[in-house]
Amino acid sequence: MRIHFKTSYEHDIRLFPDWWSFFVYATLIVIAVALPWLMDDFFLGEVTNVLIWAIAGLGLMLLTGQTGQASLGHAAFLALGCYSCIIFMEQGWPFLIAFPAAGILTGVVGTIIAIPAIRLHGIYLAIATIALSILADDIIVLMEPITDGVSGKFAPMINIFGIEIERWTTPDRFYWLVLAVTILCTLAYRNLLRSPLGRAMAAVRDSEVSATAMGVHIARTKAASFGISCAITGLAGALMGFYAGAFNNETFSIVISITLLMMIVIGGLGSIHGAFFGAVVVAFLPQFLSMTKDLIGGSSVAIPGLETGVFGMILILFILFEPMGIYGRWMKIRIWFELFPFARKDMFKRQKSYLKTERLR
Amino acid sequence: MSNLLEINNATLKFGGVVAVNDLTFSVEEGEVYAIVGPNGAGKSTVFNLISRFYNPYAGSITFDGHNLLDCNADSVADLGIARTFQNIELFDHATVLQNLLVGRHRHRKTNLVQEMLFTPKVRREEKRHREAVEEVIDFLDLQPYRDKMIAGLPYGVRKVVELGRALASGPRLLLLDEPASGLSVEETQDMRWWIDDIRKQMGITVLMVEHDMGLVSGVSDRVLALADGAKLAEGTPQQVQSDPAVIETYLGAGAA
Amino acid sequence: MEVVQLLVSGLANGCVYGLIALGFVLIYKATEQVNFAQGDFMMLGAFVCLGLTNAHYMGLPFWFAAPLAIAIMAVLGYLLDFFVLRHLFGQSQTAVVILTIALGFVIRFVAGVIWSHEPQTLESPLAVGDFNIGGVVLGMADIAVIVVTVLLTYFLYQFFQRTKLGLAMQAASQNQMAAYFMGIPVKRVQGMIWGLSGAVAAVAGILFASKGAIDPNAGLLGIKAFAAAVIGGFGSLPGALMGGLIVGVIEPFASRYFPAGYSQIAPYTLLLFVLVFRPHGLFSQVRIKKV
Repeated sequence: MRIHFKTSYEHDIRLFPDWWSFFVYATLIVIAVALPWLMDDFFLGEVTNVLIWAIAGLGLMLLTGQTGQASLGHAAFLALGCYSCIIFMEQGWPFLIAFPAAGILTGVVGTIIAIPAIRLHGIYLAIATIALSILADDIIVLMEPITDGVSGKFAPMINIFGIEIERWTTPDRFYWLVLAVTILCTLAYRNLLRSPLGRAMAAVRDSEVSATAMGVHIARTKAASFGISCAITGLAGALMGFYAGAFNNETFSIVISITLLMMIVIGGLGSIHGAFFGAVVVAFLPQFLSMTKDLIGGSSVAIPGLETGVFGMILILFILFEPMGIYGRWMKIRIWFELFPFARKDMFKRQKSYLKTERLR
Repeated sequence: MSNLLEINNATLKFGGVVAVNDLTFSVEEGEVYAIVGPNGAGKSTVFNLISRFYNPYAGSITFDGHNLLDCNADSVADLGIARTFQNIELFDHATVLQNLLVGRHRHRKTNLVQEMLFTPKVRREEKRHREAVEEVIDFLDLQPYRDKMIAGLPYGVRKVVELGRALASGPRLLLLDEPASGLSVEETQDMRWWIDDIRKQMGITVLMVEHDMGLVSGVSDRVLALADGAKLAEGTPQQVQSDPAVIETYLGAGAA
Repeated sequence: MEVVQLLVSGLANGCVYGLIALGFVLIYKATEQVNFAQGDFMMLGAFVCLGLTNAHYMGLPFWFAAPLAIAIMAVLGYLLDFFVLRHLFGQSQTAVVILTIALGFVIRFVAGVIWSHEPQTLESPLAVGDFNIGGVVLGMADIAVIVVTVLLTYFLYQFFQRTKLGLAMQAASQNQMAAYFMGIPVKRVQGMIWGLSGAVAAVAGILFASKGAIDPNAGLLGIKAFAAAVIGGFGSLPGALMGGLIVGVIEPFASRYFPAGYSQIAPYTLLLFVLVFRPHGLFSQVRIKKV
């Protein structure tokens, strides 16, 4: 382990435990900001996609990784954020107002949905969220007068103080916008983690009974978690709409919900890095697959369902062999190097828990 | 000394089973009060009543003059009652420090928005919480385990962390559910000294459920013996241990 | 008359949902795991039979192919547990949920590769024709579905209540460690239940494919069957059937009496209602015990 010689509590409270990690992340951000000058437009677009998925992943990670409430329906909130932002802008609201408003609206709706969801645990919550995602898909079609149903909508031009931002014509500006939102969301997430609310969410995840005994209000914490999670997801959804240029109900189907959850599991449940790693996998998988197909020589054969099939395989492999996800594996490798040669073989052995029925309480 | 906790005629039934049967006892401020009894006697159920996880069918529970039955389970900590659990209920995917900090939750003075922005007030509060928790860590000698995940810690250490978490909330009444179960002889000795210090140095009232009669007689002021949810005997440890009804329940008739 | 017609055709569909739900509940009752890929199992079972009996593929006689398909699916279920799910022994439920969802994706992909994504019909002797009973039209396949479902539910119920293996399975799902102590080979029992569930899925698939065309996406029916299992009360075999029937009957009625578009949200709306107001379903299996 890196030895930290701490001289004040401030050390544990601040964002970066030492100058080295501050340096690493600062460099990362500098490179990220400089990316439009380092890459061509196509790859820049790909990175933008990664960032958007990462924001969505952060949203779900807060709810599922931090508070332990598995949601298979987050595409519904992506859709809500997207449609509300675009519809607000169609009413003439400027982007700088419509965008946060969409986030807040999605957050509020998320909190309302949380109220009945608070009583649902584990598998029942998962089923409820699946139903929610399917319903959202159908409701978008039903609300055709507002949402243009199956024909979908087009994302308008973003205009911030006279500067026009659009995904195809000004990819660098769009990228910087997305980067800014990503950094803000990540900061907010990190702040939550080091504050009482973040700890309360972890308490709800690990033991509701003792959390209650310590004075944590379970319902309020879950509602807060749902609210913030849905707000962040809503913002990601709006960005997705701008990225895609055109969208309809199918852009936010149940498959997207499931992909989002699988993504954060592959990335590493419970960590911020996990959202980013998972986003890289999701965004680059189609490219990777088509490159492989070219290599094998079967580039003309269209295999439907290949992406989801391969994604499923990757997830299964991770759950079986590395349930802590990409981030977990990275941490293990890093610690092995840091401790070398003192790393013990069973350092990360998981505690087995034997099944005890939840049908008898 | 006034009564900090009063339980009067509490009755609790689960279906046809009477778990707590017309139980009346009270705990004075500053004392260590132990509840003993065979398994199934209703000891943990009494705790769950005080923690407001269950509602009594009849009877009343008063804490420092407040009617506890008006409270929800999550408001009990605010009143100054903290507890440990028989089967350790720690937050496995967090460090010891984080577990203890959750104990401070009732002292939280910042709201969601402030925390997301991490305003200077949040920073000050975090330092304050940390200072309070460090006192508990000092008291329980948990320094080597501060940043370790609960999942990798031995059972004895976890029990101490559970105690620490309850102490971190700064309670007036501490409910300990079998604090010595599963502990070695040395660890039980440590527990005994800690409970004594908690009472003497911190002025916290302790109500505990325990099977280890050595610990009970060594540290308690008064003991309540329960059987089948009803009071069997009450008094000093010596009085209860020599009470014929208690001896009969534990050792059978003819052993008195 | 129309009402009866709607009811009856809804019942037949409901039985398919019920069979799939039965598969879910079997696994849940014995292991408290939830198999989100159950619908895809059904689809796979149908395709395996199709691949064995359809003239386009192997052309074996139906009454030979069907039991063979069921047996293959049973073995597949057991192997799945043996190679994949046993690794998750001792992990949380969520891990199994996510794993089975991913499994569903993979099964769908594999089926598409083997049998293509074209909708195909199972050439089964059950699709002979329609009966007209007092003005109500009922296909032979529909009757077969209803009869088989009722029989299967009854037998499975008796199996869990009466046989030693069934009781062992119930024990293993209620307290694994205690079951171990009682000498129950928990892991093997788990494998057997997955095999049984695979077989039931195959039956559902064969019956479903006899009624109409299927394609690899037919597994998505599983979500409705899931709703059925929840409505009936997860963990109850007759509940699974009841839930399936309810969902199956609601659909044609909603279709007929509600404007288009509202009918397909009916099962999910009902599901959310049940989850909010009576989360443990109609035949709730959760009981409070004295702590």
